[in-house]
Amino acid sequence: MANDRVTLAHGAGGKVSQELMEQVILPAYGNPVLNTLHDGALVKMSGEVAFTTDSYVVQPLFFAGGNIGKLAICGTVNDLAMTGAVPRYISVGMIIEEGFPIKDLQTIVTTMRKMADEAGVVIATGDTKVVEKGKADGIFINTAGIGDKIPGTDISPLNVKPGMKVILSGYIGDHAAAIMAGRHNINLPASVQTDCAPLNKMTKAMLEAAPDIAVLRDPTRGGVAAVLNEIAVASKCGILIDEDDIPIHPEVQGVCDMLGFDPLYLANEGKCVAFVPAESAEKVLKAMRTSPYGQEARIIGEVTAEAPGTVGLRTGIGGIRVVDMPLGNIVPRIC
Amino acid sequence: MKEKLTKAEEREFAQELVQKIGELAATTGRKLRFMEVCGTHTVAIFRAGLRQMLPETVELVSGPGCPVCVTPDDYMDKAIAYAQRDDVIIATFGDMLKVPGSKSSLNEAKTGGADIRIVYSPMDSIAIAKDNPDKKVIFLAVGFETTAPTAAATVLAAEQQGITNLFMLSAQKLVPPVMEVLLNDEEVHVDGFILPGHVSVVTGTGVYKPVIEKYHVPGVVTGFEPVQILRGLYRLVQQVVKGEAKVENEYTDVVKPEGNPVSMAITNKVYEPCDTGWRGMGVVPLSGLKMRDEYARFDIEEVLPVEVETITKKTACRCGEVLRGIVTPKECPLFGKACVPTHAIGPCMVSVEGVCAAWYKYGQGRFAYGK
Ligand code: SF4
Ligand code: SF4
Repeated sequence: MANDRVTLAHGAGGKVSQELMEQVILPAYGNPVLNTLHDGALVKMSGEVAFTTDSYVVQPLFFAGGNIGKLAICGTVNDLAMTGAVPRYISVGMIIEEGFPIKDLQTIVTTMRKMADEAGVVIATGDTKVVEKGKADGIFINTAGIGDKIPGTDISPLNVKPGMKVILSGYIGDHAAAIMAGRHNINLPASVQTDCAPLNKMTKAMLEAAPDIAVLRDPTRGGVAAVLNEIAVASKCGILIDEDDIPIHPEVQGVCDMLGFDPLYLANEGKCVAFVPAESAEKVLKAMRTSPYGQEARIIGEVTAEAPGTVGLRTGIGGIRVVDMPLGNIVPRIC
Repeated sequence: MKEKLTKAEEREFAQELVQKIGELAATTGRKLRFMEVCGTHTVAIFRAGLRQMLPETVELVSGPGCPVCVTPDDYMDKAIAYAQRDDVIIATFGDMLKVPGSKSSLNEAKTGGADIRIVYSPMDSIAIAKDNPDKKVIFLAVGFETTAPTAAATVLAAEQQGITNLFMLSAQKLVPPVMEVLLNDEEVHVDGFILPGHVSVVTGTGVYKPVIEKYHVPGVVTGFEPVQILRGLYRLVQQVVKGEAKVENEYTDVVKPEGNPVSMAITNKVYEPCDTGWRGMGVVPLSGLKMRDEYARFDIEEVLPVEVETITKKTACRCGEVLRGIVTPKECPLFGKACVPTHAIGPCMVSVEGVCAAWYKYGQGRFAYGK
């Protein structure tokens, strides 16, 4: 493009806007539905529809293993997947700050295409606005997504009963650690990367293997601790997990020790927590291990009749303590 | 421990230690009370669920271990008064925002438009000062011996870089003098101290010796792993049983007897001991640090004194007693009711290392788990 930065004209709807569309966005994630460039997209769905929306405002925009575009697509795909649906169509609205490098935008939209392809979803409609310098943090992305609910499944915390197993799909805290490292210029080994990934194929395999799965959740903001607490409260059951069974990379634990964080509260973008009847647990684990994102899946605890509404953790040395609901923003301790 | 234990071995080892501690403590025929005076220890103990594992004969109490909690109302009032000036930017650790002063908090000042920036290290305030040459940047220097060297290094760096608009509002505190206050306090009963790990890395182990010997109470420096804390406890019980009172070091790979002389020298270059106020304990002689005359130009209270009127409100908050280990948070009528981390009445519920916050977060006195 003539200009290597996004300008206000790119969002004004005229010829320059069209250029941005034709030279940057369509080459990245154009497809027959989007290419019509109608005001809206017409799509066919098969029955009950899952519907979600989310906004992405991450800083930094680029971090170890991903960028804001990867988050936007995977986050929306996963939200749909956790309702027991097969994600189908996504909308993408971008609010870009004047002066944003076109090259960065290209990287972002290309990643979005890659993720959409992997998840098997179509970016069906979109919108781009440009705001004055200082009015946005580089770029904000808003998405919505719809998907076909898998028939015969019933995902609801109300189905959670004592005796059920709690399954976690893998190592926790990687995403938050990668973001914090980026934000505070902490040098981490290259192995610490965001876990951001589309989980819909894994969850589909899980539900096919065991349609009686009670709950699927992705532990994003607030981490595993938030998800478990929400389910404990909603189901009026207790949950007891075992510290030794929760996989945490030593580097991530290291960052946490340094900044005074608890990995249980850190955001993940490619993990899944499942509540399943004990007799289905093995089937579910087997299904998870067919996915590259479920290789480390394991049982981390179970649902109890005792201590309803609370989450307990058996510690490494055999004590028991409570894992409380996260309280807003986490701040590093003083030293 | 040279090699790393497997998780199963660690659990077994911990259980063995708990049993040994219990058996040995039972021979004294009374309940032993040990106090930790470091917030990181408090959190480590609660995180591991250690308190509930211990036998009836051994009780752990938390002392004034969190720098945020021990900072008194009038310091917060001063910080707020400075924050409200148009020509001031406050740089502070995030925890301080919610600490109540006698009338409001920094958070309220921030909502009211005060320029308050959260930093992760005092050094970050140098960049803020450079970016805002027309403003006075004030760093809220709270902390124990651990943070003093970084605060001092920040002052030295500012001096070297010719920065004239960076200042400290100092509430640096020292651990040994406050231990002495506790030991002189009739209401406080402790049979020994779990001595702070981080502080000792800087100061070495010698600083505790005078207090430990004068009052004849055992002290052991330990690390923050649950097993290390248990080993420290075992040593404390051993000392009690033998009638000994000495400073032992259970954290030898990290804490050297002489501490870190380089850090100490930096602190001493900039600071000298002074009397200072502690929440719940009043003014404790020579328990704080103030900037030496040569650095007084970095001391905001010297350069731009403020007068604040601190009228401490009467609430049911028992922080003062909690900090001295006289009552547990559970005995405070507000705990878990009017006072919760999202709406803290006292500072002990504000800081992540605060005793009330640790009780609340890890469920003691609140949940069916972990009685
Ligand atoms: S200052 Fe360091 S030693 Fe003191 S309470 Fe905080 S972490 Fe512990
Ligand atoms: S629970 Fe709250 S009000 Fe009570 S002592 Fe602790 S901080 Fe103060």
